[in-house]
Amino acid sequence: MNIRFRDETFRGDYSYRNSDATVRRFPFPFGLDEYMYSVNIERHNGGPAGSVYEFAFDIDEHYVAECRDRAITLERDPGRCVSLPHMIDAEWDVLELIMTSLAHDYPDHFGLQCDGARWTWTNRPLGIEQAFVFGDAATLPCPPFEYITRQTQGDFVIMDQRDGDLWADAGMITSQADWSMSFDTGMSFKEWHGPVPRAHEIGVFDRALKYLLMLQLGQPVRRLNWTMTVNPRLDTAPETYPEWGPDRASVRLDNVPDKVHLRVELQALFRLPRSNGVLFSIRCYLASVGDLARYPRWAKRLHRVLRDLPQDLAEYKGLVRYRPTVLEWLSRLDDGAPVAPGTHPE
Amino acid sequence: MRPVIEMTIARTLDVAPGIREFWLKAADGSALPAYSGGSHIVLGLPLPGGLQRNPYSLVGDPADASKWRIAVRRQEGSRGGSAWLHDTAAEGMRLQVAVPANLFPMARLARHHVLIAGGIGITPILSHAREMARLGLSFEVHYAYRARAFAALADEVGAIAGDRLRRYDQSDGEKVDFEALLAGRPLGTHAYLCGPQPMVEAFHAIGTRLGWPGDRLHSERFVAPPPGDAFSVRLARSGLRVEVPPHRSMLEAIEAAGVSAPFMCRGGACGQCELEVLEADSALQHNDLYLSAEVRAGGRRIMPCVSRACGGCITVDL
Repeated sequence: MNIRFRDETFRGDYSYRNSDATVRRFPFPFGLDEYMYSVNIERHNGGPAGSVYEFAFDIDEHYVAECRDRAITLERDPGRCVSLPHMIDAEWDVLELIMTSLAHDYPDHFGLQCDGARWTWTNRPLGIEQAFVFGDAATLPCPPFEYITRQTQGDFVIMDQRDGDLWADAGMITSQADWSMSFDTGMSFKEWHGPVPRAHEIGVFDRALKYLLMLQLGQPVRRLNWTMTVNPRLDTAPETYPEWGPDRASVRLDNVPDKVHLRVELQALFRLPRSNGVLFSIRCYLASVGDLARYPRWAKRLHRVLRDLPQDLAEYKGLVRYRPTVLEWLSRLDDGAPVAPGTHPE
Repeated sequence: MRPVIEMTIARTLDVAPGIREFWLKAADGSALPAYSGGSHIVLGLPLPGGLQRNPYSLVGDPADASKWRIAVRRQEGSRGGSAWLHDTAAEGMRLQVAVPANLFPMARLARHHVLIAGGIGITPILSHAREMARLGLSFEVHYAYRARAFAALADEVGAIAGDRLRRYDQSDGEKVDFEALLAGRPLGTHAYLCGPQPMVEAFHAIGTRLGWPGDRLHSERFVAPPPGDAFSVRLARSGLRVEVPPHRSMLEAIEAAGVSAPFMCRGGACGQCELEVLEADSALQHNDLYLSAEVRAGGRRIMPCVSRACGGCITVDL
């Protein structure tokens, strides 16, 4: 499989675009006309060929541009990558998991040779060839977790498991939906999810935590989460709010299809072997409302979900200001006819 | 990575009277996943009455991807798993092995670790000591055994811990004095014990009395499924009715009937196999370490790996 990587930006002139094939495989999250939080967890051990679920870590046409955008964000704010000292075993676990997965799943683009602890990593899209000693951080240009996540699409949190809880003790977060890793470092599972409305009351986090504490090696799980973003911007962090927050006021009826994006996070959780920690990967997919509207099922369903979304959820997701404009644009594509259950485009 | 690996018994060694060590390798020769100190694997043992799955702590070096090591004590009067490993298992045989899980992990933020082993309880303690030494952490090991001849793995622990190992030979009248061991420890100390039930109880009781917070006292306890009355289980989703004989666990009987049910530790500790009881015409005999007294009193939950009904028939949501 040979992916053609796009030369594009996630800031400034926002030249990010999806190819037709990428829109078609977009992980549209709404299988029904209404949305509510649930423990929507399923196995993440291989999906249909070509889908975003096929491999543990999905690589697509935006790979090179996303790695470049991450480097810009880290250059401006190195605090987006944190790792507490007791997480060093977990850092190597993550490096091993990502390198072995990418080399196995995308042999045209990545390669890994292991001779005992002497490893050689090849990343062709980014032009990297690195020999190093597994377990010896001094043989890499930066710490192992930062090293490998600079070369992977998506954000990552590593949770340490102790005292019957999961603690957010390491993270590489540069494409977040308005939350801060440096603020959340060291928090427990429920502290970290504190701001989410309604979910605590209906017991979602109690059940999710109980489930994740028993997550088993080799049996990763996944779920989808979503929000919306104005302009195809990865770095929507609280730290840079002045740069992107005002864009919410720029939405007009005529620019809805190009400017407003559905932002879907494919979140996966992996038990880590050496550290007994849990890796939480957050792979962000952006599709403009115009991209999605090519498929009538998706246009109608997005219209209905947004229309009926409770106000507190809309506020938490930051949609309040431009929701009426997006609804007005989408309403013209919704004839009110029933849409069969399922997330598929056609 | 598959959750179950086909493995070959590559080597057996009699390391002490009644204690046998096994080296397991992947049947296809592939590299094994790493694991954390305190992890166990679950062996599928082909006993005459059917497959029995038993958990054993890993004692080897997690960095050695070529083999896994376990040490098994022959349990007299048990359900036959350890006896099979001692009498029948031989080099070259193949077993189905579930990948490592850890219900006895190290607290990575501790400033000092006190490791205590009683008898065969040395197995997870050895693996902790090895990891703590590798990470350069502050730790000490206390190892109590019946007599020198039974001190399996003592040399290996000694090589790792050096003068941080203290031995207690019961035949010389030595025993672990928990009062002295747990008193006056600096803030940030964590203690870990694996050993027989009376030792576990003394450890927690004395630690608690001395003011230790509960989350600083770690113990590994696996319960072997105790035998009981024969009873029947009706599986509500399939309508299947399964008979559970006195010496078989409810989980094993369900699996033998061809129904796959979730499990992890098979020792009543992890909670993975919890089932909802929809109906029961006899009392439930709870043998697990997981369900709270309050949940047990509700009579709606059971851990089928070690718990059972006292005769009659129960219906579960499976």
